[in-house]
Parts: sequence; C-alpha cells; structure tokens
Amino acid sequence: MASGVKPRVKVPKSAAAGEAVTIKTLISHKMESGQRKDSDGNAIPRSIINRFTCDFNGQNVIDVTLEPAISTNPYIQFDATVPEAGDFAFKWFDDDGSVYEDTKTIEIG
Amino acid sequence: MKKGMATRTLTWVALASVAFAAPALADEDAELVVNGEIEMVTKTAAPAHLADSVDEILSGWRFRSDETQVLQLDDFDNPGMVFVDQAMDRWNTVEGSEGKSCASCHEDVETSMKGVRATYPKWNDPAEEVRTLVMQINDCRENRMGAEKLKYTSGDMVSMEALISLQSRGMPVDVAIDGPAQSAWEEGKELYYTRFGQLDLSCANCHEDNFGNMIRADHLSQGQINGFPVYRLKNTKLNTAHDRFKGCIRDTRAETFNPGSKEFVALELYVASRGNGLSVEAPSVRN
Repeated sequence: MASGVKPRVKVPKSAAAGEAVTIKTLISHKMESGQRKDSDGNAIPRSIINRFTCDFNGQNVIDVTLEPAISTNPYIQFDATVPEAGDFAFKWFDDDGSVYEDTKTIEIG
Repeated sequence: MKKGMATRTLTWVALASVAFAAPALADEDAELVVNGEIEMVTKTAAPAHLADSVDEILSGWRFRSDETQVLQLDDFDNPGMVFVDQAMDRWNTVEGSEGKSCASCHEDVETSMKGVRATYPKWNDPAEEVRTLVMQINDCRENRMGAEKLKYTSGDMVSMEALISLQSRGMPVDVAIDGPAQSAWEEGKELYYTRFGQLDLSCANCHEDNFGNMIRADHLSQGQINGFPVYRLKNTKLNTAHDRFKGCIRDTRAETFNPGSKEFVALELYVASRGNGLSVEAPSVRN
C-alpha cells in the first residue's frame, strides 16, 4: 500500500485555439521496484504507478505504461494541442488498485 | 525569459568549448527569479563584519550549472517542493499527548511563519541559548505538543524546516550577531577559521580564499547557507546545513561534530551571518 501519494499538475490557464501547450505532471510515489530486499533478506513487494493517462474532453491525449525501473516521484511532461476550451483529466493507476485523479480546466483566449 | 535566452546561448558556448574540456560554469549575469515573480538577491555587498575578508557575497546558486539553476526557477520543477507538501500535511496533523498539531497554535503557516527563517539561528531568552529552527521545532513538539522529538537531520524534520523556511523566501537573511548571541557567534567564527583533519583545511581555505575556483571536479562556492534546507541532486533529498557541515569536515578527513551539537549551532549562526543580505532561497536546488 503506497502512502503519501499526491498528484501535481501544471497546465496553463488559457491558450489560443489550436495552440500546443506544455503540460507538466508529477506524482509523489515511492515506486518500489520489487527487486530490493529488506534487512531480513525478504523481497520488498513491487508497488509502482503502472499506467498514466490524460484525456481532454473525453478524448485520449496520452496513455503511458510505466515500468519498475522508473524512479521515485515520476515526472511526465508532454505537449497537447488545445482545439477548444475544456478539461484535462489526469489519472494515475497504482499497483494496489488505487486510481489517483486530477482535473485542470483550460480556457481559450 | 532572460534566463531562458542565456541558457541557450551558454549551451552553444559550452559545446564550442568541449575541445578545451572547460567546465560548464554558470552564466555570470543570470538572475534568480522564482515563478516569474519573486526576485532573489543572489549577489550583494558583504555585511560589515566581513570587511576584511570579502567584498561581495554570492549565493551558491550562482556557482551551479545552468541546468541546475533552472530547476530553482519554477516551483513545479523544484524537487524540494514535494517535501514541502509532505510537511504541510504534518503541519495539520495532531500528534502527542496534548492533542495538538502545529496549526493548533500557529494556525496558517503562511502568515505565522513569515520572516521566521531569516532571523534564525537566534538567541532564546528563557532557554539562555542560541537556537536553530530545528531546535525550536523540537522544543514545540516536546513541551507544547507532548510529542516525541524528531531526529535532527531526519526527513520529517528537514521537510518541516523547509516548509517554515519557504515562508521567508525572498526576504533577506538577517541574523543578529551582537547582544547575547555574540559569544556563540565568536565561537562559530573561531571554528570557521580552524583547520581540521589530515588535509588541514578550514572552512575559509576553500570558501573564502578559493571560491570560484575548481577543487578537482567541484566548483567552490562561498559556502553560503541562505538556500538551506537544500535539495541535492546527488542524494535526491533535502539536506540540512548541519549535514553539509558534517560532509565538509569529513572531507578534510577529520572526526566531525554531530548535527545539532553546540559547535555546529555556533557555526550555523556564524555562516548564516556571512550571508546577511542574501535572500532566503529555501528550498534551493544544488548538486
């Protein structure tokens, strides 16, 4: 069970129609690889974010599969073209079944 | 914006100079503006007590590479802010036998802790000692909250120190060196100029006599602590000033003092006073 997980997203408040904006996301997560052992020699179970998605007004923008070699607090940055005003919906999927969500609204102007 | 341009120009300069194996040093004229609004003083006239040693004091930010400098320009890019967020949760968490959280007494951290970091370490009258921010936090935990003290350089403690320090960001460091704090300050000064270890080095040998020069692969700064707690890329966590002192003394191959010791508290006061006038940068990003 991952603790202290907190998603953070940075999206510009507004953009011109058709403009490509840069979106930055960061989620605090320990990303335990499953390869390490504790002091007693027992394997520490894998606990990572295994998938990240971003949708804009219901349309998928990016869908990422994350692997165990990705380090703590994964940071994902990408560009998205904004055709109209609307909402970006972000989702991070945890190994333990939790889904962390965040939404940001962007205006045209 | 200006920084962005400078970075690009410098990248070309760096590429052009690869043949000479020149170190990629920072742009001398770059200015530190955080989030496009908080203008930081990273270079200013030295405080009066340094009149005989240096003319100008420089933040460690000026000694880092462009890539490292950029990380501090925007809070989203600053990895130290993740720890500040964690401390914010702790600020509101009730702990200890008194059923209190930090917020129970101090309420909103943004108003109650504004300017606090800039004046620490500071003389505490009832306790009759110079106290660092960490000592004050632990005093609150022990005597007001009835909670256990946190270890001096533990992750939880350094995050809390960063949260409190953040509320003074952009304000000039202004620690008092006279009055009751003077004897500790003198003691710190003594330590600063004392040579330690097999390598027989004092703080001043590197950070006063040789700042700006390379010591092997490292670009020596003035050793200012206005940016502490600092997120270091080498260990990917926030670090306290005492951790850094310990590392430096260890590198002279000496037995070090312990974080939280009387010696390091005095040294922190003295080193902080050498940065009087620089902006509080915490949490800063260094390598």
